[in-house]
Parts: sequence; C-alpha cells; structure tokens
Amino acid sequence: MSELHTVRVTVNGTVYERQVEARMLLSDFIRHELGLTGTHVGCEHGVCGACTVLFDGEPVRSCLMFAVQADGHEIMTVEGLAPEGEMHPLQEAFHEAHALQCGFCTPGFLMTLKPFVETHPNPTDEEIRKAISGNLCRCTGYQHIIEAVKLAIKKIHHSDAA
Amino acid sequence: MKPPAFKYLAPTTVDEAVAYLAEYGYDAKPLAGGQSLIPTMNFRLAQPAVLVDLNRVQELSYIRPAEDGGVLIGAMTRHVQVERSDLVAQRLPLLHETVPFIAHPQIRNRGTYGGSISHADPAAELPAITVAHRGRVQLRSTRGSRWVPAEEFFLGLFTTALEPDEMVVEIALPALPPRTGWAFDEFSRRHGDFALVGVAAAVTLSAQGRVDEVRLVFMGVGDRPMTSAAAPAVLVGQEPSDEALEEAAQRAAQEDIDPFGDVHASAAFRRHLASVLAKRVLTRAVERAQAR
Repeated sequence: MSELHTVRVTVNGTVYERQVEARMLLSDFIRHELGLTGTHVGCEHGVCGACTVLFDGEPVRSCLMFAVQADGHEIMTVEGLAPEGEMHPLQEAFHEAHALQCGFCTPGFLMTLKPFVETHPNPTDEEIRKAISGNLCRCTGYQHIIEAVKLAIKKIHHSDAA
Repeated sequence: MKPPAFKYLAPTTVDEAVAYLAEYGYDAKPLAGGQSLIPTMNFRLAQPAVLVDLNRVQELSYIRPAEDGGVLIGAMTRHVQVERSDLVAQRLPLLHETVPFIAHPQIRNRGTYGGSISHADPAAELPAITVAHRGRVQLRSTRGSRWVPAEEFFLGLFTTALEPDEMVVEIALPALPPRTGWAFDEFSRRHGDFALVGVAAAVTLSAQGRVDEVRLVFMGVGDRPMTSAAAPAVLVGQEPSDEALEEAAQRAAQEDIDPFGDVHASAAFRRHLASVLAKRVLTRAVERAQAR
C-alpha cells in the first residue's frame, strides 16, 4: 500500500518534483515535503480555512486535496504573495488595520482574499463577509479583517486616494 | 487526522473510470471534488481501498444547452462553474439562486455537481434542487448507461440508486414551464454552514392566475430531499392568496417532513423553520410567476 506517485508541481513559480504516497494531503505536502510552513493546518476537515492556497489561481482548502492531484498544476502559498522581505498590499493592510492577533488564520485569509481584492474594486460589506465566510478567526471578531480588506482594495485599485 | 492508505487510480476517460469501478466494485470509491469524501477519510469514517480520481476526466466537465430548453451538466462540473454560468442564469434561475448557498467559496471551487448528488447528504442543496427541477441523472457502468429521475435517485441517508460499479456522468435539468416562479431559501446558524432547513419552490400559474402546479422540496428535514404532497393538494386550482399559501406551508411542514433534533436545533424548531421558509419561498415564487 506504500506505492509512491510522482508529483511535479509549480509552487510560487518554482517547479518541485517529489515521490509521495497517494494519501498524503496537499497541506502536508506543502509543509513537510516542500518546507513551506506558512500554510497552516487547523481542522483538517475543511471547516477552518487556515490551509487555503491558490490552486490554478482559485482558493481551495489544501487539506481537502491529495498531493497527487496537484501533479501538473500550479499552486500559490502565502510565501508567494510578495518577494522575500516585502509585503503584498493585502499583507500591509492586515498589518495596518490590526486584522490579526495570533496570526494562525492569517495565511488562509490572505490566500482567500488575494483574487477577491484583485477582482472587486468596490465590494459591499456583505460581499466581503461572504468572501471570507469560509475562514475562521478566533481572535479578531472579523471587524478589523473587513477594514483591512477595504484598505487593501484602496491600495490596489485607488492608490491615488491612499 | 490523516486518511488511511489506499490505491490511487487516475483515469482520463469515463470508459477507463467505469472499467476500474467494475474491477474493484465495493472496494472502490470515485473521488470527485473531494469536499465531503476527503474529510470523511481524514476522520477515517470512510476507508476505501481504492480511489478512482475523476478530476482528470475532462469529458465530464461541461454545461450545455439541452434541446428541450433545459441544461445538461457534466458530473465533474464544479459549483463555481454553475454559479458563473450565464446559461444556468438564463435557463435555470432556481439553480442559479441556490448555488451561492452551497458551503463557502473555497468549497465551491472544488466541489462538483455529480459528487454532491452521489454523496446524497439530505442537508445539501443540490439534491433538493435536482428534485425540485424534476431533473434526471445519467448513470454509467461497463454494463451501459441508464437515466434515473431525481425523485428515484435519492433513496435515503447518503444512499442513492447507484450500484457499486456505476457513476453519475450527467445531470439533465429541464427548464421551468412558462408562467413559473421560483425561489430558494435556507436557514443556517452561520453563512455557509449546513442549513438547519432549506426549501425550494417552483409555482406555475394558469393564464387566469390560478395555481397549475407546485413543487415544494425541503432539505435537512428528512433522510433525503422531501417533496411536499400537501402543498399541491392545497394550492392546485386555487388563487394563490396569502391565506392559501400559509395553509400550504403549514400543512407541508406538518405532513411532509420528518425533522430530527440535535445540538443545533430541536425537531420542533426545525419544523417551525420549515413552515416559515416554505411560506416565504412560495410567496416569492408566486410573485415571480405573476411578473413573468
């Protein structure tokens, strides 16, 4: 049963090739095989959203996929949001708006929100709340996260006003 | 927790997939979007010896117009594709209205139509909507293919008409008849959670404005999508007055559902919610039918 499968996957622009068991979750593959520990593992059954990554550009829960399924696909994790030592506008906004306390859920929020803030220049509060409905934060009560989303959108789409 | 070891097969065609299902039978599980199966495996509640991953079967991912005015949906079509489909928005407004209620955006990016109905969670949206739409489900095996009406596809809790060597390949959803209004609503404790109760309605009015046909289908209050017999009994042939809709909703919630109680809500509260939501969706469906 320990049959190994080859996974060749592009993560944050780098191509990785590993031999893995079919049962290895994508979340564990990212953390243990690739050493990219920015992706956090919370509930491991698709409720908390901490392990959210971009899979071919769309946010998915990496604990609800097997690594073998990522063969030939493209993934972005929180490490890929900005070059080393820099922050993505979304990360800056989270920092400035106090949208995190312990930070455990933050990578998941950021990866869920990246495509959302890029494609929603003027979202309503309701739309923001729906966008983050699949991510749990136990510290902030979400209000500051919503403020951070608005701030990030200001930075990305309305930089003259920022 | 981590899933137990399994043999992993990744066919690229339906023929190849059903050959694997025929070979491994009860030991095999098709893996669609994995948004229910993988958590179940992570908890080790399911321990299939063989997984037949359908995610590389491209021919199962499509949304096409049907000749009867309805829509054909491939089993591996993801919820997000249905959500963004103009064809669905035009032809299947009830489905279009319902898809955003399914879980969260991340789940909708992976979950599939065929996977959801094959899993047959009685609290899920798509089984109820497929029944409300009088949909049909096409099943394939190496023995051939067959069409099963949605009403006969869902047999009970997580139980469908699928044989171990069969898989869902297509869902056919006919368009709603002319002068038909629709509505879907559900109540959940948090947005995206499994709803305590959900209700879909489709109401067809005659040229004179009386009720010709009513479909009222509940989710989360029985072991499968529950189709109301009382609502048509009360309403067909009648003016859709507020009193008549109230009576239909009350009787449906008394006679046609079998709610359970748990830590989230008592059975009595679920029954109450069912009557309130039924009244709400019937009212909205009638308004939309009158506006068409």
